[in-house]
Amino acid sequence: MTTISVFMADDHRACDGLYAEAEAAVAAGAWDDAAARCAAFTEALARHFAREEETLFPAFEARTGMTEGPTAMMRMEHDEMRELCAALAAAVEARARDEFLGAGETLVVLMQQHNMKEEQILYPLMDRSLGGEAAGLLERLAPTA
Amino acid sequence: MAAPGLRYDQAPPFAVPLRFFLTAPLFLVAAALVVGFRGEELFASRFSPAALAATHLVTLGFMAMTMLGAMSQVLPVLAGVPLPRPRLVAALAHAGITAGTAALAGGFLWGAPGPLKAGVLLLGGGLGVFLAAVAIGLARAPNRAATGVGLALAALGLAVTVALGLELGAVRAWGRAAANLAARDLHPAWGLFGWTGLLVAVVGFHVVPMFQMTPPYPATMQRWLAPAVFALLVAWSAARWGGDLPRASVWLLGAVAGGWFAFAVTTIALQARRRRPRADATLLLWRLGMACAVAALAGWAASVALATDAIDVAVGVLALVGFAVSVIAGMLHKIVPFLAWFHLRALVPPGRRVPHMGLLLPDPAQRRYVVAQAAAVAAMLAAVAAPPWMAPVAAAALALAALLLEWNLVTVLRAFRRARDAA
Repeated sequence: MTTISVFMADDHRACDGLYAEAEAAVAAGAWDDAAARCAAFTEALARHFAREEETLFPAFEARTGMTEGPTAMMRMEHDEMRELCAALAAAVEARARDEFLGAGETLVVLMQQHNMKEEQILYPLMDRSLGGEAAGLLERLAPTA
Repeated sequence: MAAPGLRYDQAPPFAVPLRFFLTAPLFLVAAALVVGFRGEELFASRFSPAALAATHLVTLGFMAMTMLGAMSQVLPVLAGVPLPRPRLVAALAHAGITAGTAALAGGFLWGAPGPLKAGVLLLGGGLGVFLAAVAIGLARAPNRAATGVGLALAALGLAVTVALGLELGAVRAWGRAAANLAARDLHPAWGLFGWTGLLVAVVGFHVVPMFQMTPPYPATMQRWLAPAVFALLVAWSAARWGGDLPRASVWLLGAVAGGWFAFAVTTIALQARRRRPRADATLLLWRLGMACAVAALAGWAASVALATDAIDVAVGVLALVGFAVSVIAGMLHKIVPFLAWFHLRALVPPGRRVPHMGLLLPDPAQRRYVVAQAAAVAAMLAAVAAPPWMAPVAAAALALAALLLEWNLVTVLRAFRRARDAA
């Protein structure tokens, strides 16, 4: 049986891969390809955020009573990443290479330090505090499309 | 239940790390001046006053300076603890290292015991304050993951290096009888293999896979490299201090070097398998750094095998200018623009645009620095081979690279201030 830590960390890696493909297309100037890959990335990231904000975070908050703690901080960073995703989409629309790469670099660093905090601290905390409830929650999240 | 490491208020104010980062390149300029004016003497022996001065300008003024800045930033995130009194600790440590390094280098250059004594005391105080704050922070650390262990060992490595440096300083400046001649070898070995190597490895385990999207380092390496190297260094130090196990001590230090060789080669191999195909300045600087680390370790092994000190200075140039400066500068080109963005994001009202990293430090400026740094390494190595006429060229190349680094950091700060004041 998988854990929240394993399942969600895999989802992080999947999003990373999609971003790398979009960035490679932009760097190569393949704009049509870039538009499709950028959309695939932002959709995957939005789905990942939804898994947390709609399912995992509420369950964790209900169990621990911590509504102003780590999940509030993570939601805030999600909003920042959504802003940067919008900048990426606008850059693809405008075919602005440097704009995409600069906003993308910022998104990557923000996303990676965010993922590290989730994978090292928050997800293990969730696995511990949710216990048996975790399996049912994961069932609702699957499949990783 | 505490959930540390996730809160903005655990990140120190921007001024705390920035103070260290902006000062560091200026010490590389000072080292370049020593190369320019005392080059012939410097390249003749690693124990010459000029070589000792330049070495400490780089190791303390640049390396320790930036690492303290970085540790004040990453400790709250990685280990989940804020440093106690971050502004005060930063101000004291920064002042101690700045004044202490300058005094120490001056003391070496002009053979003056007064400045040497002042340098030793100021450095001991400045680094001591910082290490005490780290120790207090780590003792309260709630998540003692592998990262915490590695960071703690790196900090311990720095503490051992400093303690050995204080012993050497007591001998040189106060004329006290040396407790043990082995300290002259232990001090640089702990500085490079213990403190610098451990910190680069612990940081590299995280940032290389994260930023370049490479496969992770092998799990056994992540878990065991830092404790194994540390234990081997302790055993080697005991053998050298006792002095009666020359063969064993060569093998023990060889094993330490082998550990770092494996790390450098693994890093190069992982970077070749990265998922982001674009090679940015940080990637190029890490590649240059790792290539220099491999060359330095091979050179060091050759000089031990052949029992010669003929290429000691070349090994030092590769390890300090080629490896340490490149890797650190690569990190600075990523950390400083991101921190500027991070703090702007909190300062600028929602809905207003925050300039991204590419606007805070444009790509062409970063690439100019990479070229200058590679040229500086090449010129320094050429100067080792032909000191009298190459030394001024190497000095100019080193100074140019350092000034470009400083300029890039100032560029970020100016863009930060513009965006903040416009908000």
